[in-house]
Amino acid sequence: MSEDMEDGGDIKKFMYMNRKAPYGTIYALEALEVVLIGAAFDQDVSLAFVDDGVFQLTKGQDTAGIGIKNFSPAFKALGDYDVTKLYVEKESLEERGLTADDLMDLVYEDEDDDWAEKPSIRLVSRDELKTVLAEQDVIMSF
Amino acid sequence: MSILHTVNKSPFQKNDLTSCLAHANDDDAVLMIEDGVYGAIKGTQAASQIAAAGATVFVLGVDLAARGISEDKVADGVSVVGYDGFVKLAAEHHAVNSWL
Amino acid sequence: MAYEVNGKTIEHDEEGYLSDLTQWDNDVAAILAKDEGIEMTDEHWEVVNFLREYYDEYQIAPAIRVLVKALKKTMGKEKGSNKYLYTLFPYGPAKQACKIAGLPKPTGCI
Repeated sequence: MSEDMEDGGDIKKFMYMNRKAPYGTIYALEALEVVLIGAAFDQDVSLAFVDDGVFQLTKGQDTAGIGIKNFSPAFKALGDYDVTKLYVEKESLEERGLTADDLMDLVYEDEDDDWAEKPSIRLVSRDELKTVLAEQDVIMSF
Repeated sequence: MSILHTVNKSPFQKNDLTSCLAHANDDDAVLMIEDGVYGAIKGTQAASQIAAAGATVFVLGVDLAARGISEDKVADGVSVVGYDGFVKLAAEHHAVNSWL
Repeated sequence: MAYEVNGKTIEHDEEGYLSDLTQWDNDVAAILAKDEGIEMTDEHWEVVNFLREYYDEYQIAPAIRVLVKALKKTMGKEKGSNKYLYTLFPYGPAKQACKIAGLPKPTGCI
């Protein structure tokens, strides 16, 4: 870690873009690990869930029958890591027959607001997400 | 003589399901497994293709559960089966075509 | 590589972390602690049990600052501090406490 990063003098906007379903490939799990590691560097982190990436956030995942670890509970820990902006694209949900109600209830505690619980998931349209993407300094896509 | 087709890719990312359904005969069976099970969600383009197809379509329940897709989200006309159903389907058809 | 505890074989990786966390129990923890040169007290168990519960809920071993934050919330300022944790686990709380708790090495812990 460089000095100026420790000072908070050079905070960059990091976007991790998730486009893959959770268990068919290793991308989703690897992306989550990168996010957790990257969270140590005190940057301004956002996650986007686009295309099949929205399937990562479905509630009620139960992998007992397929012998793969269910890592969806880890998304609930992201708030502890100060990762509080999860952009979910509406169009991607709709194309897949899903609504926001099918997703996990993800929240974070706002330190600046007496630890009030606030939702981490931000539903955005494709156009709105384009604007969010344009504001980023670094984008990593998985 | 009939074939069991298995599809393990998400229909929203690959055209495996579309191509499989187009190549399946009416007495064939199509079984969606792994990420292929996302094709079973009702109200999607994939579900319309399944409804229009002649083959009988199944989906593997454990892969649905793993992905948090409850059975009430499964499109009409798609039957949920377990591993035992998978084995039975494989035995009932003279060949298995795994769309990879 | 494996530990022998009460006649049972407990597999571990090259750094000593358990391969299968369901094999963990208090006796295994005691052996792991001994290997780390740690005498387990109630305070040590408190942290170890906290980590077990955290893992049970989130399926990850928390990073040190996340652990500190969470402990501060549930156990107060004194126990929720780097200093306190380093007193209990001098070679790195996340590393040592997670190992004793039978958890994988925390993600991002070098």
